[in-house]
Amino acid sequence: MKILKIFSLVLSTFMVSGVFASDMKVGFIYIGPPGDHGWNYQHDVGRQAVDEAFGGKVETVFQENVPESADAERVMTQMALSGADMIFATSFGYMDPVINVAKKFPNVKFEHATGYKTADNVSTYSARFYEGRTVIGHVAGKMTKSNKIGYVASYPIPEVVRGINSAYLAAKAANPNVEFKVIWIFTWYDPAKEADAAKTLIQQGADVIMQHVDSSAIMTVAEEAGVYAFGQASDMSEFGPNAHLTAIINGWAPYYVKRVQQAMDGTWKGGEQTFDGIGAGMVIIGNMSDKIPANVRKEAQDLADGIASGDIHPFTGPVNKQDGSPWLASGETADIGTLLGMNFYVEGIEGDIPQ
Amino acid sequence: MLKIEPRKNHSNFLEVSAPVIAVFLTMIFGGFLFLSMGKNPFEAIKLIFWDPIMSPTFSEYSRPQLVIKAAPLILIALGLSFGFRANIWNIGAEGQYIMGALISGSIGLALYPLDSMVIFPLMILGGIIGGVLWAMIPAILKIRFNTNEILVSLMLVYVAEQILALASVGFLRNPEGLGFPGSRDLSKYPSAANPELIANSGIHMGVIFSIIAVIVLTYFLIYHRLGFQIKLLGQAPKASKFSGVNSNYIIIFCLGLSGGLAGVAGMFELTGPAGLINIDFNVGYGFTAIIVAFLGRLHPIGILFAGLLMSLTYVGGELAQFMLNIPAAAIQVFQGMLLFFLLSTDLLVSYKISLNLSNLKTKKLKPFKK
Repeated sequence: MKILKIFSLVLSTFMVSGVFASDMKVGFIYIGPPGDHGWNYQHDVGRQAVDEAFGGKVETVFQENVPESADAERVMTQMALSGADMIFATSFGYMDPVINVAKKFPNVKFEHATGYKTADNVSTYSARFYEGRTVIGHVAGKMTKSNKIGYVASYPIPEVVRGINSAYLAAKAANPNVEFKVIWIFTWYDPAKEADAAKTLIQQGADVIMQHVDSSAIMTVAEEAGVYAFGQASDMSEFGPNAHLTAIINGWAPYYVKRVQQAMDGTWKGGEQTFDGIGAGMVIIGNMSDKIPANVRKEAQDLADGIASGDIHPFTGPVNKQDGSPWLASGETADIGTLLGMNFYVEGIEGDIPQ
Repeated sequence: MLKIEPRKNHSNFLEVSAPVIAVFLTMIFGGFLFLSMGKNPFEAIKLIFWDPIMSPTFSEYSRPQLVIKAAPLILIALGLSFGFRANIWNIGAEGQYIMGALISGSIGLALYPLDSMVIFPLMILGGIIGGVLWAMIPAILKIRFNTNEILVSLMLVYVAEQILALASVGFLRNPEGLGFPGSRDLSKYPSAANPELIANSGIHMGVIFSIIAVIVLTYFLIYHRLGFQIKLLGQAPKASKFSGVNSNYIIIFCLGLSGGLAGVAGMFELTGPAGLINIDFNVGYGFTAIIVAFLGRLHPIGILFAGLLMSLTYVGGELAQFMLNIPAAAIQVFQGMLLFFLLSTDLLVSYKISLNLSNLKTKKLKPFKK
């Protein structure tokens, strides 16, 4: 044992780091690698913004490729044990692990993305991505020549269904002949599967591809096939300079900086549920390609501005459900509860949501 | 020419110390890897191998985590090792693990919220049956049509993953989950839960089951006729045939054993650490267990230690990742080094590499004399 003690003593002398210099330690856990140019990349942009905003006062740490399982609970516990004061868990499946770990560490502040469970030290945040889908849905409706729009979807959860519906309503308003083809691939990130789905849609005649999956593979396929696509989560124009029309960019940075500031000031509160959109900068419409005619670009910008100011709501009646039953009366807008639990297509979309 | 030839004097000391040497070599080369990335190698190695067990900050939590993470690895690797000894290559334990969890989960969810003592044993049985049935597909295809069990069992992993996704968003979805994927949390359903038996020890029913399996299978391998037949089939297939070993029976047995143990590992994971059926329920235990089986030299007791060591590199690797911002890929390289050094030191214990120069010389054309 003596040897072990000496060994550990020697090792601990090497432990020279700046941990104690900062006032606060903030941890982030990612479902994939931050190099995915999508979901995780944007969260990491947010983390770096925290680094920049607070200089040496805040130390950030992150862990990538954390599965949504018992592993997530362990990683967060270890982060909390290592002295993290605040943890951002950036994927839906971390929900129950966050709640469990939060119980054990009442003094650590937790922020969980896209979930619905909160606690005294757990707040949630999510973005109204469907607002962005309204804008790109409009662009898609205007840009399609074949009147067929392909949509690669991940899982049939409310967020994805909501996105399909808002994109369809906007595309239909822009072009009454438009038709949607949806392929569900049951994964968030699988470049090969995403590419296969996009190829199938293109073979079926789609000339604009929308996606609710994370990789840039679809953009690459679209570029090769000479059709259009949209960046998901971040600008993906480098993967398809000609195909890239615009992007829905996830703007987590302002929220992260704000929440860390609140934590430092002592004004941070648990139990809050943030659901922000274009207005708050959590959803950003990327640069629009000059392939889009100027008038369409302006219409899209007006749409985005209208949504930001609250003048336009993406779900405004009259809208029927797929089976023809009425959902929203003329002028009525969707309530938040229905949107958060959305499990039906609106009228005009063909096919079924997998059950 | 380089030649690998068996050592005549087999050193017992070397055989025992080979894994220790391998761990040291991994530390040295891994240290250089971390150094080349601008990280303090001593700190990184300490975080991986030392802190999860001994650090005052982490160990109280990490020690039980080592046990939790090792249990499914050991269970699955135990089953696989028997097949590997007989040259029956079940690469699809991941699929059998999923199917075990699905069948046992279906039983638990179907009986929810019934309160009864029989639910948990019934789910264990369901886990075994799920894994065995999934493993019987490659077994029967191999016996009947002589298909390759490596391919069939591997491909069935992807089928199982699709069924898992379907179950998570469909027939096993939590009716109170607002439409999100994922079943009810079985770890919060007392009749089905697999909780920690002693607080902060990490020991749950799956751990107990693993230890019993190590003991039973060690006995089985050494003393039972079938254990001998399995070794014989792997080392001398022809001889085993002459001595009356029924290879079909061994195929069924080996795939059934590995499937059943993988399935029950899935059951214990589902009802304990994981809690619920979800799309990402499987995190690769079935594949990592292949490495564990070989690290443990296909021996049950070796597998016990290999499982714990593998688990240490995971838990410690995570610490190193976020404490020093080392990318996950570098930790995987480090784990790969460990496997590489273990296998190569193993080889060097029983074989030696010699540079055979005379062989080269003889190939030179000699001047023709008459």
